[in-house]
Amino acid sequence: MTFTLPDLPYAYDALQPYMSKETLEFHHDKHHKAYVDTGNNLLKGSELEGKSVEEIVKASYGKNQPLFNNAGQHYNHIHFWQWMKPNGGGAIPGSIEKRIESDLGGVEKFKADFVQAGIGQFGSGWAWLAVKNGKLEIMKTPNGENPLVHGAEPILGVDVWEHSYYIDYRNRRPDYLKAFIENLVNWEHVEEMLSKTA
Amino acid sequence: MAHYHRRALLAGATALTFAASIRQASAQAAPAGPYKLDPLPYPANANEPHIDAKTMEIHHGRHHQAYVTNLNAALKEHADLAKKPLHELLASLDQVPQSVRTAIRNNGGGHANHAMFWQIMGGKGGEPGGELKAAIDRDLGGFEAMKKAFNTAGAGRFGSGWVFVTVDKAGKLAITSKPNQDTPLMDGERVLFGNDVWEHAYYLTYQNRRPDYLAAWWNVVDWSKVSERFAAAKAGTLTI
Ligand SMILES: [Fe+2]
Ligand SMILES: [Fe+2]
Repeated sequence: MTFTLPDLPYAYDALQPYMSKETLEFHHDKHHKAYVDTGNNLLKGSELEGKSVEEIVKASYGKNQPLFNNAGQHYNHIHFWQWMKPNGGGAIPGSIEKRIESDLGGVEKFKADFVQAGIGQFGSGWAWLAVKNGKLEIMKTPNGENPLVHGAEPILGVDVWEHSYYIDYRNRRPDYLKAFIENLVNWEHVEEMLSKTA
Repeated sequence: MAHYHRRALLAGATALTFAASIRQASAQAAPAGPYKLDPLPYPANANEPHIDAKTMEIHHGRHHQAYVTNLNAALKEHADLAKKPLHELLASLDQVPQSVRTAIRNNGGGHANHAMFWQIMGGKGGEPGGELKAAIDRDLGGFEAMKKAFNTAGAGRFGSGWVFVTVDKAGKLAITSKPNQDTPLMDGERVLFGNDVWEHAYYLTYQNRRPDYLAAWWNVVDWSKVSERFAAAKAGTLTI
């Protein structure tokens, strides 16, 4: 078993009213678990068995689509749970704010562009804040893709698959994205990931 | 019902927080344009219990409406493109200016796919007869084999998309799957029928259980409508 499903770092109802208990139960216990289980089945007997999730994501991209889909989604969801917290959002830590000011034109512009990236990802996918060539960049990717396979390191990501918001927001993806950035983001985890980038 | 009540409360909390943005969204009336959203050809609860009424209302009134609105917006400055029938527009995306190509692909595809989708549901399932049954037996190995291959293709579409049965002028059938709102119309083909496997099509009732949705969906297919489309395809009059 290469992949294991991490526990949520908070109670299932901890993100209400912005993300419901019901959404987190399905999203974590069913969707993420399915990526883990399917990924492990696909890894069985392959040379990538036992490697890190990051290595598997990069090695399977463009070569083994079913494995990539599930490995990518495993990586994405591991961090997605940590990128949120109860009473999240709020002030952005100074170290990140400085980088947002210099690379992305300020906090308000960053928030608007990040939300717009999520709205503009047609179909299923993710919107990202990533570090590429030493600079912060807003990205969006379809389905299970992420910045790792585009020469970048993600430090914040939001799931815009409909399963992430349909119970709570139905078709109103923009409202979900605004709630995420204003009320859910765990900036400490973003800061930690930023500190580990090259 | 308690289920929905709680959802409504949650949505209410969000609505308060983002009242401004919601006001903005609802103020945007559909721009005048060549395309309009036809009403559902049956009540929203006609496909229950297999597809719940709330899903039908949001799917038709919000999702499909957004494709129509955005398609008209993309065509606003392109009167020449707006004059083209939708199936021709989608079959010639390479001739569409880059600035609106993705918008027309996504929203034109979304409009065509959903217009077809409403039309072929509202029925009682069962099996088709006559020439359509003969074509399914000949090209797809029979009704049960067709259902199995169709459901497998739908379940295997990672992310959002559709699964279709296409039909050519000779009445030959094939199963295919497309991502997002792409359609066989973009390959110059014709769609006999198709099923939407975006999560919005089934999430309120089936959540992560897409295979259960695919299996249940056959109970609402109106085979008389599909047979009409089959006859039209052979007559060369089927468009979207
Ligand atoms: Fe997800
Ligand atoms: Fe749909």
